[in-house]
Amino acid sequence: MEKVKENMEVILDAKDLEYRELNEKIHKILNENPNVKKIILKNVLGQRFIGNGIQKKGLIIEIYGVPGGDLGMFMNGPTIIVHGNTDHAPGNTMDDGKIIIHGSGGDVTGHSMRGGKIFVRGNVGYRSGIHMKEYKDKFPVLVVGRTAKDFLGEYMAGGIIVVLNIDNKGNDLGKIKGKMIGTGIHGGSIYIRGKIDESQLGVAADIKEFTEEDRKRITPYIEEFCKEFGLSDELKNKLINSEYTKIAPISKRPFGKLYTPDLR
Amino acid sequence: MIPSTVPPKYRVEVNPDRCMLCERCVKECSWGVYRREGNKIITYSNRCGACQRCVSMCPRDAITIHENPICWREHPLWTKEAREDIINQSRTGCILLSGMGNAKEYPIYYDKIVLDACQVTNPSIDPLREPMELRTYIGKKPKKLEFDFVEEEIDGKRIKKAKLKTKIAPNLKLETPIMIAHMSYGALSLNAHKAMAKAVKECGTFMGTGEGGLHKALYPYADHIITQIASGRFGVNEDYLSKGAAIEIKIGQGAKPGIGGHLPGEKVSAEVSMTRMIPEGSDAISPAPHHDIYSIEDLAQLVRSLKEATRWKVPIFVKIAAVHNVAAIANGIATSDADAVVIDGFKGGTGAAPKVFRDNVGIPIEMAIAAVDKRLRDEGVRNEISIIASGGIRNSADVFKSIALGADAVYIGTAAMIAMGCRVCGRCYTGQCAWGIATQKPELVNRLDVEEASKRVANLIKAWTLEIKELLGAAGINSIESLRGNRDRLRGVGLNEVELKALGIKHAGL
Amino acid sequence: MCGIIGFMSRKKRLISGDRIAIALDSLKERGNGQGSGYVGYGIYPKFKDSYAIHVFLDNVPNYDEIREKVKNTLEKYGYVLKDEEIPTKEGILEKEHIPWRFFYDFDEKYRDIEEDTMVKIVMEINDKIDGAFVFSSGKNLGVFKASGWPMEVAKFYKLNEYKGYMWLSHARYPTNTRGWWGGAHPFNLLNWSVVHNGEITSYGTNKRYVESFGYKCRMLTDTEVVAYIFDLLIRKHKLPVEYALNAISPKFWKEIDNMPEEERKIHEAIRMTYGGATLNGPFAIIVGTHEGMMFMNGDIEKESAMVGLTDRIKLRPLVAAEKDDLAFVSSEEAAIRKICPELDKVWMPDAGMPVIARIEK
Repeated sequence: MEKVKENMEVILDAKDLEYRELNEKIHKILNENPNVKKIILKNVLGQRFIGNGIQKKGLIIEIYGVPGGDLGMFMNGPTIIVHGNTDHAPGNTMDDGKIIIHGSGGDVTGHSMRGGKIFVRGNVGYRSGIHMKEYKDKFPVLVVGRTAKDFLGEYMAGGIIVVLNIDNKGNDLGKIKGKMIGTGIHGGSIYIRGKIDESQLGVAADIKEFTEEDRKRITPYIEEFCKEFGLSDELKNKLINSEYTKIAPISKRPFGKLYTPDLR
Repeated sequence: MIPSTVPPKYRVEVNPDRCMLCERCVKECSWGVYRREGNKIITYSNRCGACQRCVSMCPRDAITIHENPICWREHPLWTKEAREDIINQSRTGCILLSGMGNAKEYPIYYDKIVLDACQVTNPSIDPLREPMELRTYIGKKPKKLEFDFVEEEIDGKRIKKAKLKTKIAPNLKLETPIMIAHMSYGALSLNAHKAMAKAVKECGTFMGTGEGGLHKALYPYADHIITQIASGRFGVNEDYLSKGAAIEIKIGQGAKPGIGGHLPGEKVSAEVSMTRMIPEGSDAISPAPHHDIYSIEDLAQLVRSLKEATRWKVPIFVKIAAVHNVAAIANGIATSDADAVVIDGFKGGTGAAPKVFRDNVGIPIEMAIAAVDKRLRDEGVRNEISIIASGGIRNSADVFKSIALGADAVYIGTAAMIAMGCRVCGRCYTGQCAWGIATQKPELVNRLDVEEASKRVANLIKAWTLEIKELLGAAGINSIESLRGNRDRLRGVGLNEVELKALGIKHAGL
Repeated sequence: MCGIIGFMSRKKRLISGDRIAIALDSLKERGNGQGSGYVGYGIYPKFKDSYAIHVFLDNVPNYDEIREKVKNTLEKYGYVLKDEEIPTKEGILEKEHIPWRFFYDFDEKYRDIEEDTMVKIVMEINDKIDGAFVFSSGKNLGVFKASGWPMEVAKFYKLNEYKGYMWLSHARYPTNTRGWWGGAHPFNLLNWSVVHNGEITSYGTNKRYVESFGYKCRMLTDTEVVAYIFDLLIRKHKLPVEYALNAISPKFWKEIDNMPEEERKIHEAIRMTYGGATLNGPFAIIVGTHEGMMFMNGDIEKESAMVGLTDRIKLRPLVAAEKDDLAFVSSEEAAIRKICPELDKVWMPDAGMPVIARIEK
């Protein structure tokens, strides 16, 4: 079922495997072949927790099929490439590493992400990037190709979310529909290509001026996105040079005036 | 202008005959009650919360704190409290923020339950001289044990032997059924955390980290520490998950069921920022729900996800607030892969909770234990999952009654803080704690001597443990598992039929 | 305080019931005349493969209606081969109940689950039929018990007319519950019979533990729970009997901590898994069975066995003895010597360590 190639590539057929069996097999491969560079999972269908808690820089896990929820949760280091859609919460509480999704991400993509990057070619579901947070060199990044559903970046406390708003061919998708964007945001920033109305924002979120400084900040992530998905230079330049709406917290303490002490 | 100050609750007086103007009170009071003016100590009573730091430190016993005897026109409905709250809120337009546990006068069922002792028909046991076992395992247990019979050669003879086939899931081994509840570093000071960690290690039990991550200073005690994953996921990385002896998923808290947490930026010091892994001075907000848990099957998924991340080597607890439907929720948790369910009653403490929640939401822990234990037994799964009770446990009798009602062990929070000096003044959220417990200000934190505080906490746990042994001995029981769920040894006093039924106990005299 | 004694012929020699009565009578000081009882194994050779169900019917004018309800319940699952009043001698005891017996076979379709079904039937009758109480439900065995002194009860049931190879008995001094016929020992379920001296302080825990496995504690006494625990651990969970007894009377943690790894793991697992089955407080019990047991060396005993066990800190007395094919367990040595003056061996079993007598092969 699994064969180790010379360049330390392992192919694993996940057909009809329970998630515990599959993940146990992945851990077994990692334990037995410390030099393994790539694990290719074929026929993945709904298995959860793939890559969960794995700490190994440089490892690539390539998934064909539709993995189940919590893909790469608590992951620290590896790159996961998904040729298909993912279920909810890919990159949940991820520490470091990269998740590249050629399809779409489910709800709460990048939940509580602390570091690493997620690139989604398609859409992401509700509450994506919720409670992403940064600390020192840990800086989470979520880049979405098409669009994001409502509550994007809720409770966001750090990192960057970029939404490119293009269809599969690279054409503009028009005005983004999301509501309650950045609700409760108190750190980090969200960049959405195109115009956003104030009315689409959530509580505590504010539209800030998109400066050249901001463009410089997001450029490397756009470049990386284009590289991962093999987009043309023409498209890349269009994306880099487009106008974005920047959404950031009104203040670091949006709810500072909510409480009064009951000094009894 | 509408005058809108409410009269101070306390009146602080310094007896000038006793006072020697040493200014100790000025230094000790972190609330700014005292100031020296010439040859006099001036007091600002409105700032006083009766934390007694000044009284405890005054070398001359010169300070007295009274309830301020100011008279409000009496009214049975419009109490002083009701009026004060309205004045406060109409002035500020804000949610009332309070600390500690539920302050309303709901019945304390522990105090309406009495215990049994042996007389004649069987002997009571002297725990000091005869064996008395409190060891408790927290975690998943199998429904039954299975054995394989394997032939082995022993001394040249082939002998068949029963070998244990059933795999026992990892459990926490407690030498006493008392653990210290999750109070985060951030809410509490590092010295307080260190003191509790030393104490639990000494006593053979465990403490929770709360949601604040695990400070490096606590690594030496990590095998006695339960880490916590709450909705904010602060300080959570692979390291944190694998460091502790168990992981607790916090869904809710007895003091504020249904809402999240909010550690104000002022309390996020450089050190706190390090363990929480968020920038210094930023608010640490824990969302109301876990946004990867919107339903019971999602909880099961988070449990399994944590199990996967820790290779199924660490027990996973799930903590919920005791709410009306607690039994059904606990049953849902029992059927996930969770190893223990923690139920936090509505008298549970907190550093900060909206008063309206603290005083009005949730149900008594005694009722919750009884309901959960019963439901899990009805479902035939009680034996497979542990129940940890918390929320307002004040003494060894409360622990004993909790276990007899059906808990495996308890968490204590406020009691451990009182052991370290806390006077329950209820202003933890201000970060000004004069005792160095609920603060991050270095000059205040330094007041808490780690060694001494640890000794106090250990003393408390040891004293209660001794008392539990005595109570068990009197009941003619020599191992704690024979008390668990043994409601026959409890009787109610002054409870009505519905209350007795909910608790599953008989009234005294029956 | 109660008196218990049991004996068994390891060669399955049949012995008259009057012997056990004489022995128990010598322990009557330990009872107070409010309950005495006996169980004989091997007493119904004619119906040895059928269930012998003993039922107390309330002594009311329409008791036959109660009996019909019992019979109807039984006939839902099988056939009553014969039913009759258990022969009694009038004028000795006030007849609170009419003891009745049914010899009973299950329908073919219940064969594979007949034991569980019998447990269900017993629970159903005791729970749902007012005025009826099943107090014996095994094969080729019967319980005889009532409120009264040992000799009164023996004479009432004409015990000398029965012959068995194993007899257990009990003279009761009721403490926590009133003395009623059903509350007397032995307590029986299927082929398990228990006599018990002491008071189980863990009763509440044990009761709720077995109830979560579907047993119903109806007897207002702590002894029935012991029978259910034996049934659960040995018949249902198939624990090796030594380990089942360790669950009931566990090793101390201190001992367990010092055991070799493999043994330690087993005992730790037993205490973790079966804490609810641990009997706490003072007890000495004698359990009779021909339910079948598995031993830790893989031996399977399909025949009868008698087990004596005390609590682990020895708060109740128990003496064991042997003479030729006879094995005895009793509260007092004198009771054994009363019916067997010359003994080969007499000893006091260690606290929490079982004495097990088995049929010789």
